[in-house]
Amino acid sequence: MSSEGSLPAYYEIPPGGAILEPGSSLKYKTGSWRVLRPIINQDKCVRCRLCWVYCPDAAILELDEEYVTSKGRRYKITYKVNYDYCKGCGVCARECPVNAIEMVPEPIGGEE
Amino acid sequence: MAVAAEERLHVERKKPRPLSTNSAIAHAVKDLDVDVVAAYPITPQTTVVEKIAEFIADGELEAEMVHVESEHSALSATVAAALTGARAFTATASQGLELMHEILHIASGLRAPIVMSVAMRALSAPISIWNDHSDVMNARDTGWIIFFVSSAQEAYDTVIQGYRIAEDSDVLLPVMVAYDGYVMSHTMEPVVTEDRDSVLAYAPKRSFPYKLDPEKPVTLGALADPDWYYEIKYQIVEAMRRALGKAREADEEFGRRFGRKYGLVECYMCEDAKSLIVAASSYAATLKAVLPRAWEEGVKVGLLRLRLYRPFPEDLVVDALSRVDSVLVIDRAISYGAPYQGPLANEFSGLILKHGLGVNLVSVVAGIGQRRMVDDDFLKLARLAWEARTVRKPETIFYGVRK
Amino acid sequence: MRIDIRWHGRGGQGAVTASEIVAAAAILEGRYALAFPEFGAERRGAPVRAYTRISDTPLVPRTPITNPHIVVVLDPSLLTRETIEGLREGGALIVNTRLSPEEVARIVGLDREVRVAVVDAVKIAMETLGVPIVNTAILGALVRATGVVGLETTLRLVRERFKGRLGEANVEAVRRAYESTHIETILPPQTA
Repeated sequence: MSSEGSLPAYYEIPPGGAILEPGSSLKYKTGSWRVLRPIINQDKCVRCRLCWVYCPDAAILELDEEYVTSKGRRYKITYKVNYDYCKGCGVCARECPVNAIEMVPEPIGGEE
Repeated sequence: MAVAAEERLHVERKKPRPLSTNSAIAHAVKDLDVDVVAAYPITPQTTVVEKIAEFIADGELEAEMVHVESEHSALSATVAAALTGARAFTATASQGLELMHEILHIASGLRAPIVMSVAMRALSAPISIWNDHSDVMNARDTGWIIFFVSSAQEAYDTVIQGYRIAEDSDVLLPVMVAYDGYVMSHTMEPVVTEDRDSVLAYAPKRSFPYKLDPEKPVTLGALADPDWYYEIKYQIVEAMRRALGKAREADEEFGRRFGRKYGLVECYMCEDAKSLIVAASSYAATLKAVLPRAWEEGVKVGLLRLRLYRPFPEDLVVDALSRVDSVLVIDRAISYGAPYQGPLANEFSGLILKHGLGVNLVSVVAGIGQRRMVDDDFLKLARLAWEARTVRKPETIFYGVRK
Repeated sequence: MRIDIRWHGRGGQGAVTASEIVAAAAILEGRYALAFPEFGAERRGAPVRAYTRISDTPLVPRTPITNPHIVVVLDPSLLTRETIEGLREGGALIVNTRLSPEEVARIVGLDREVRVAVVDAVKIAMETLGVPIVNTAILGALVRATGVVGLETTLRLVRERFKGRLGEANVEAVRRAYESTHIETILPPQTA
């Protein structure tokens, strides 16, 4: 059966399906696959970077954002999850040595 | 006029030298200035790669020889090399081609313009090192352009033509040059080789247009979901169609430059013939020598030599078939359980139906595992083809099997 | 014009090399030629066959030779009726042996007119090469008895193939065999 009319015909595709635009996979938001979403507790997080190391999708962001914990500890960096690409695999939560990441059910309908 | 005369003189001046088909192919690789060779040894292909290694060691060819642990890796490395823009070559036979099978599809799917020579050999089990066409016939639906050649000279010339066709941006398909193992691979015969400059002027290196280049990144071999896969495979259908014209043009131009051309099929003693035998590789060469004896006894049988097999030169074959009453197709492979047990016979059967030709078809399987076939056997096949004008032979004949 | 030569030897005697040298000589002399062995799992001492086809045109079959014009036997132990199977009337039989042409004819049961040439190739090989590899010596006998290719072309190719001192020793083997070959035309036994 014919597919979407908006897709290119065979002769409009580079031979062998070569993709000529670098980094085009960024357009593919795999975050929609997620069932459980990781939430980082910034107060518990000790900035060890293990989640960033383990994430198979490079979806942990290491940001130059200052954060002061409730006990007054000052960090120069903050870890956040890039929910556009996080598939919710949970590796970060499993590896976190201080249990600072919690996997919670994804809100229905994608609402925050 | 002066130039033409000079060219003719050049053609005449070239002296043949004694080479086996395997050596002739290695010479072609050298004269084409191939950049990367990745291969794994298997008889009867081995001496192709040995000779290339010798050329590299002696400094006659500047190429990277990749030593691999299997044919699967050999073809993988060859494909990868071609996709970086290198001119890449490999060679194999028999089980080696079988082990390559998954990469055969990947080579054509990625549109890698490589050339591979195949010294055709029977398949295990039982193990046989001898010649038939089972290996290549198993690879016929893999999206490769396939040539069957009948002499060492033709093998040399066709490897050169192969790169011109494969690297054409309208084609971009891998090319297989197949010839009979032992019967040709290890037979010494006269071959004229050309100088590298003339060969490269005929087949200049036109590297893969979307080559892997860190300066200009591309993605090759990405996942294609159901919205994309079909179109990318259909591209091969169209490329094959274009390859037919390109192969014809490559042969014509080769003839103009070097004085040798072959056609995509060859019809020998076809004028006034009432019957045809279809054969490829060494059997076709033998039939050319034997058929005059058949004509002496009134058996007017011509030879249709299949040189280009994929893409199938349908118009030329139909034209030849339309002038005869019967055709005998020699298969050197078995299609177990098929309507005709010869794979080529099945294709000819479809062709006859498609074009409404009133031709009686005889399917003959012969020379399996290099079962001995002498001149008289070919005479018998000519008589069989002749008889079939009036007598239908609906079942595949397994010539020479003990029953 | 076509000349078909069938070679009978044992693995290690160099029958395949000899078949190739004759084809190469014919090619250098401007003719078309094929040389190919009867392919098997080659091993030292096993009987081997090889073929050379020489022709004025490239239209030659790529089949085993069943009706040779010339049969060359590198090992006298292979002399049987089978050796001359299909050998054409008026053809030639070249044998490495100390026997006479008449004795050879009797052993193989020759029943047609054939030129029989004999040479003690083992003796020549031992004296020139020091090993009983008889293929170059038998080439001398073949060239002498049939003239199928020229002696000079043959010597040139032997020199190229073996190179250096070994080449010269082989050239000497060809020459000595060429000079010492004994040839007789054997007629079929009278039936009257």
